[in-house]
Amino acid sequence: MAAPIQRRAYLAEGLLLVAICAFCIFPFYWMVTTSLKTQVIALQSPPAWIFTPTLANYWEVLFEDKVGISLINSIIVATCTTTLAVILGTPAAYALARFEFRGKQDLWFWFITNRFVSPVVLAFPVFLLSRELGLRDTHLALILMYLTFTLPIVIWICTDQFRSIPRELDEAALLEGASQWRIFRSICLPLAMPGVAVSSILSFIFSWNELLFAYILAPKAAKTAPAMAVTFMEGYDVPYGKIMATSTLIVIPVLIFALIASKHLVRGLTMGAVK
Amino acid sequence: MTAQVPRKTVIAFLGPAVAALLIVGIAPLLYAVWKSLHYFNLTKQAQSRFVGLDNYINVLTDITFWQAMGRTATLFLISVPIQLALGLLIAIVLHRPGLTFFKTLTRLSLVLPMATTYAVVGLLAQVMLNQKYGVVNQMLGWFGVDAINFIGDPTNAFIAVIIWDIWQWTPFVALVLLAGLSTVPPEIEEAAQLETKSQWLVLRYVQLPFLIPSLVAVLILRTADTLKLFDMPFTMTRGGPGAATEFIAVLIERVGNRQFDIGLASAQAIIMLAITIFLARLYIRFFYREVN
Repeated sequence: MAAPIQRRAYLAEGLLLVAICAFCIFPFYWMVTTSLKTQVIALQSPPAWIFTPTLANYWEVLFEDKVGISLINSIIVATCTTTLAVILGTPAAYALARFEFRGKQDLWFWFITNRFVSPVVLAFPVFLLSRELGLRDTHLALILMYLTFTLPIVIWICTDQFRSIPRELDEAALLEGASQWRIFRSICLPLAMPGVAVSSILSFIFSWNELLFAYILAPKAAKTAPAMAVTFMEGYDVPYGKIMATSTLIVIPVLIFALIASKHLVRGLTMGAVK
Repeated sequence: MTAQVPRKTVIAFLGPAVAALLIVGIAPLLYAVWKSLHYFNLTKQAQSRFVGLDNYINVLTDITFWQAMGRTATLFLISVPIQLALGLLIAIVLHRPGLTFFKTLTRLSLVLPMATTYAVVGLLAQVMLNQKYGVVNQMLGWFGVDAINFIGDPTNAFIAVIIWDIWQWTPFVALVLLAGLSTVPPEIEEAAQLETKSQWLVLRYVQLPFLIPSLVAVLILRTADTLKLFDMPFTMTRGGPGAATEFIAVLIERVGNRQFDIGLASAQAIIMLAITIFLARLYIRFFYREVN
């Protein structure tokens, strides 16, 4: 009696799961297939589902439309800001996890508050300042501004990680006469590597995806890939295949990183409030 | 419990990070406050002058500012309840035992929308929603629905933003709620399931109390992120047609970057920052009271 009901329940559940997956994945499928269409096929009405794929769009955007350069800019900016955030953020996280000092709570809250601040608040003053300082349209301007969100991510996640390392290790090393820096560098940091890796991946994803700072601060030489994709929409003749090829090139690295860190993405987005 | 260390050590560990955030985060903010007290237009720099709180008065009495706020609130009030309903459904299904392999697969595919570059979502929306060449209209055609002009019509463009916001953020809500469901002690949940067959009763009286923190997190973060929302509507419609999808961050970008009125844009940004800080305080009070 129970078995058929059970089976029907599983069937319903399975169908629901398939629907959820399709809902999530279909836009990607459409993006990739459109990127393989020529402009003529892309402008067929109704849209074609079966066609002869071509890589021409990729060839064109990479070598004729400077998308290749913008991808390199994106890689430079995202890698540098992530590295800088790890160098600055891990000692800070260690201090927050281990030391007792006045104003600690306030400092922690300040780091958290950064998650809520919209880039549009900082974009214009930074635009004016970067003009004054000759930093407009440089990688450095973007690398520094991206610290406003990458540094807090590294600090939140690594503080959590350092707290999970048994304090007895520190105390034993302290008795041996090791300095705080040495304890951090040679004992705790190696043990905190999972946290460092997760926060690096998240910093990379968030910097890679950023548009507003890039759009306002880096209009030409340092233009990143998302800002590049936006400019395609500005002409009269919208090249669908090329836009989707660029989009695919932008999204693929992020998706790979997101899948690697899939268990931690929510933790990063909620700043550790949800584990 | 925590070690007492010399002040010098604390400064050595924390100093660089704090200095960096002061330079890139706080210094521009102070500069924005200063600019917001001035008439400052990039194309009319000769007329720059100190105007006190005039910009703030202009913003608060400006109908376009309140319309953009209203639009942002409308988006939130429509899309977040749908995200919560769908997210809860997905979380409950994923939380049930069985079909483990498919559930892992589903969980992985849920990660994709929320990691997708927001700007690309807007581009993808343009391509898929096109009235003539778009696949969404083709699919609607299979059900006998006439092609809809999504991007060109004010109401439809707003609906399009809602749909894509739901696509991108329902997975996030689902995964946060799923994390909440897994905090219910299994023995309590099993005991409840022996008592009643009603999934609703279990949800209402056993699981819901454990879901409250997740729900609060979702509500506060979705509010902050809706206020931040820029990339997707910007790449999809540039805030148009007319001002139909000009949400608050898009409005500020237009005033500062396309009308060059940086004084006014700064005042708008500072008002938005005040709301943001209030939200952050709320979040912190709820989640980090027992930091130490």
